[in-house]
Amino acid sequence: MSEEGFIELDGVEKVFDVRRKAGFLRRERHRVRAVDGIGFRVARGEMVGYIGPNGAGKSTTIKMLTGILTPSAGRLRVAGVDPSRERTRLAHRIGVVFGQRTTLWWDLPLRDSYGLVRRMYRVPEARYRSNLERCVELLDLGDLLDVPVRQLSLGQRMRGDIAAALLHDPEVLYLDEPTIGLDVVSKAKVRGFLREVNAERGTTVLLTTHDLTDIEQLCERVMVIDHGRLVHDGGLDALHTAGESERTLVVDLARALPPIEGVPGARTVKVEGPRQWLAFATGQSAAPIVAAVAERYPLVDLSVREPDIEDVIARMYAGGKGL
Amino acid sequence: MADAQAGPRSAYPPPRPPEALGRARGALGALRAYGLIVAMWVRSTMAYRASFLMTTFGNFAASGLDFAAVMIMFSHIDRLGGFTLPEIALLYGATSTSLGLADLVLGNMDRVGQRVRDGTFDTLLVRPVPVLVQVAADRFALRRVGRVSQGLLVLCWGAVGAGVAWTPAKALFAAVMVIAGAAIFAAVFIGGAAFQFWSADAAEVQSSFTYGGSTMLQYPPAVFARELVRGVTFVVPLAFVNWIPALRLLGRDDPLGLPGWVDFCGPAVALAMLLGAGLLWRVGLRNYRSTGS
Amino acid sequence: MRLYAAVAVSGFRRYATYRVATAAGVFTNTVFGFVIACTFSALWDERPHLGGYDRSQALTFVWVSQGLLAVMSLLGGGFQEELQERIRSGDIAVDLYRPADLQLWWLAADLGRAGFQLLGRGVVPLSVGALAFELALPADPLRWLVFLLSALLGVVVGFGLRFLVALCAFWLLDGAGVNMISALLCMFFTGMTLPLTVFPGLFGEIARLLPWAAVLQVPVDVLLGVHSGAGLARALAFQALWAVLLLAAGRATQSLATRKVVVQGG
Repeated sequence: MSEEGFIELDGVEKVFDVRRKAGFLRRERHRVRAVDGIGFRVARGEMVGYIGPNGAGKSTTIKMLTGILTPSAGRLRVAGVDPSRERTRLAHRIGVVFGQRTTLWWDLPLRDSYGLVRRMYRVPEARYRSNLERCVELLDLGDLLDVPVRQLSLGQRMRGDIAAALLHDPEVLYLDEPTIGLDVVSKAKVRGFLREVNAERGTTVLLTTHDLTDIEQLCERVMVIDHGRLVHDGGLDALHTAGESERTLVVDLARALPPIEGVPGARTVKVEGPRQWLAFATGQSAAPIVAAVAERYPLVDLSVREPDIEDVIARMYAGGKGL
Repeated sequence: MADAQAGPRSAYPPPRPPEALGRARGALGALRAYGLIVAMWVRSTMAYRASFLMTTFGNFAASGLDFAAVMIMFSHIDRLGGFTLPEIALLYGATSTSLGLADLVLGNMDRVGQRVRDGTFDTLLVRPVPVLVQVAADRFALRRVGRVSQGLLVLCWGAVGAGVAWTPAKALFAAVMVIAGAAIFAAVFIGGAAFQFWSADAAEVQSSFTYGGSTMLQYPPAVFARELVRGVTFVVPLAFVNWIPALRLLGRDDPLGLPGWVDFCGPAVALAMLLGAGLLWRVGLRNYRSTGS
Repeated sequence: MRLYAAVAVSGFRRYATYRVATAAGVFTNTVFGFVIACTFSALWDERPHLGGYDRSQALTFVWVSQGLLAVMSLLGGGFQEELQERIRSGDIAVDLYRPADLQLWWLAADLGRAGFQLLGRGVVPLSVGALAFELALPADPLRWLVFLLSALLGVVVGFGLRFLVALCAFWLLDGAGVNMISALLCMFFTGMTLPLTVFPGLFGEIARLLPWAAVLQVPVDVLLGVHSGAGLARALAFQALWAVLLLAAGRATQSLATRKVVVQGG
């Protein structure tokens, strides 16, 4: 069974009873289906993106996969083990990074946090040393190991957290928003590292994100969840087609002008003083559009925006092309 | 295409944890993990040395001032509820040491509610160590040895001055009293923490039973209304922390007229309470894992 | 002025939202009330008129002080941890550039909090105490009014002390140590553990002159009718004097601290 799916979900549901205030003392109960019958398989060594709007059920799924939450219904297996029943045993085989919750020790140097991981997970000394060396090299942690965590920047801390989740050689790594709030350099380092780990060790990776670039650069397969249901499972190209997503060229002109017209393949979607927004298809290169604008308009500055994940999903959903 | 990225099978074969750990080894492992986390907190504390020294002294002095109040009372009177000052010191020292020990070992369990609220509780659930152990060691505060040492000091002073004819058996009895008392308070701490899975804001209720209970136990039972004494004997059996065993040491009758063998029940009561609290914790944790809130 | 009134109102509202926590606090105050009331009963049985109180006055002292424990933030838990956290994280630099005065801002917020705690945490324990024991509560509404005034002065004095403690965070990275010592002194020298009138000899006389005496001992004595006429005026003046002195000291410390922030560039 583990041949076809390292992670297996069949009809998994998670229902919460939510109590809401409905007056001074009265509380209303109602049921929320955070995850509503999800099924998928992830093979060993795959790197899969798991995306969806806020409150779609991403984090709930991850919490069930790690054994934190017990599913209300359905069957769930990770490496042949039921996570909620054998949570502590499974913990040795999984690594988890919660984007905004550090597991590092605030007042101690990074090295001390790693030492605790080594002892807690009983990682053999030699293996620990080689793992740490590799993480330090790939995540550029060399100068940070002896700095108290409270003095690290958000990006440095996230890199430190990711390394901490990998020191015990987990077979699967769950990342919940690993690049949220990071600067460009840190994002690039994190992505490069994940690619490396996946290729080198065959670690299975499941990551949730709001940044479509993460998915584009890391995953060939992406699953989209919305309202607790899987609405897409497949390649990223298919997602783009399904969502008919567009990139945006933002141009700053020398002065406020009427909407730009006559640029092939692009249309102006918004004007705000001297700044204008032009939408164009994701598959198309931005260069000819920029050239066409620069030729006829007084161009001061420009930037290209990648399609926003929420946009893509919203469009895909509106188009009724979900699975 | 789903398998396209299934790269080379791991170059580093991951080591497997030893399977099927026996119960005894599990308990040892839990103790070891507790020690590991505690060591981290102690090291963290040392990052603010001045604050550590001040809080340790504060902890010592806090309970010291408590006892100073008792001494001020005795500057006006000779007996309170029929007890002399050294006799009260014995009561005070016993409960203060027990509470101090429980507080030292798992005094930050009231942070469970906050951890649940800010989501950091989840990070504890993905580690290969029992959650109860992690929560017990959370924010371990070495400064609390201040209270323990102050309690022990008063206990020793009371033990010498209260006119007890000490024998090795009585000394052993007193030591068991303090340890069983600590276990009783520990059970209250665990039960209080478990309660927070249902109502995080109600954390303060627990201190009624720990600090409030300990304040009560500092004074002779005769001071209190009979219903109150019954309450802490039969409902929340705090009376076994020091009252019941100490009355025997001092050769006094207990006001409820319980049979003599009850005086030796402290450890059994402590064990039962710990089991009950552990059960409550399990139910609470299960509830959290099915509701996520 | 209107700004500070708004700050006070929001301070009141903020604490009003923690309903379960308030109930839990009331429960704890009531339990402690029973325990201490029993010991005081025994003490006053042995020595009637100890500290100038009769038995019912002593019991009133217990229950009123339990009711005021949260109002005066004697165990911390008011604004000071929050202010210290802002100092520690550097957010304080933002506060200093606000068009409002730092000290007045926090005083207003703290008065709002105290107002809520008086209703939320004061009324129930005192009522329970009055039902279970024979208390010496005055029937004269004027005495209650003067008590409220005295309690208000007590809150301001308490604020003055805690503001100084909070500002220590500018010089010490971690406030836990000073907070602990402060709570300790508060519990003992306000009369929370034992009325200051029971403290013997010179020690007692000094304790009754310290600022902590103005926080709890004086308001409770006012309610018990210990002071009257010129004595009452003197008691209130004693509180007002400490309030002014402490606020001034807080202001001086604040400007020292501000200079430190400016020099360090926030």
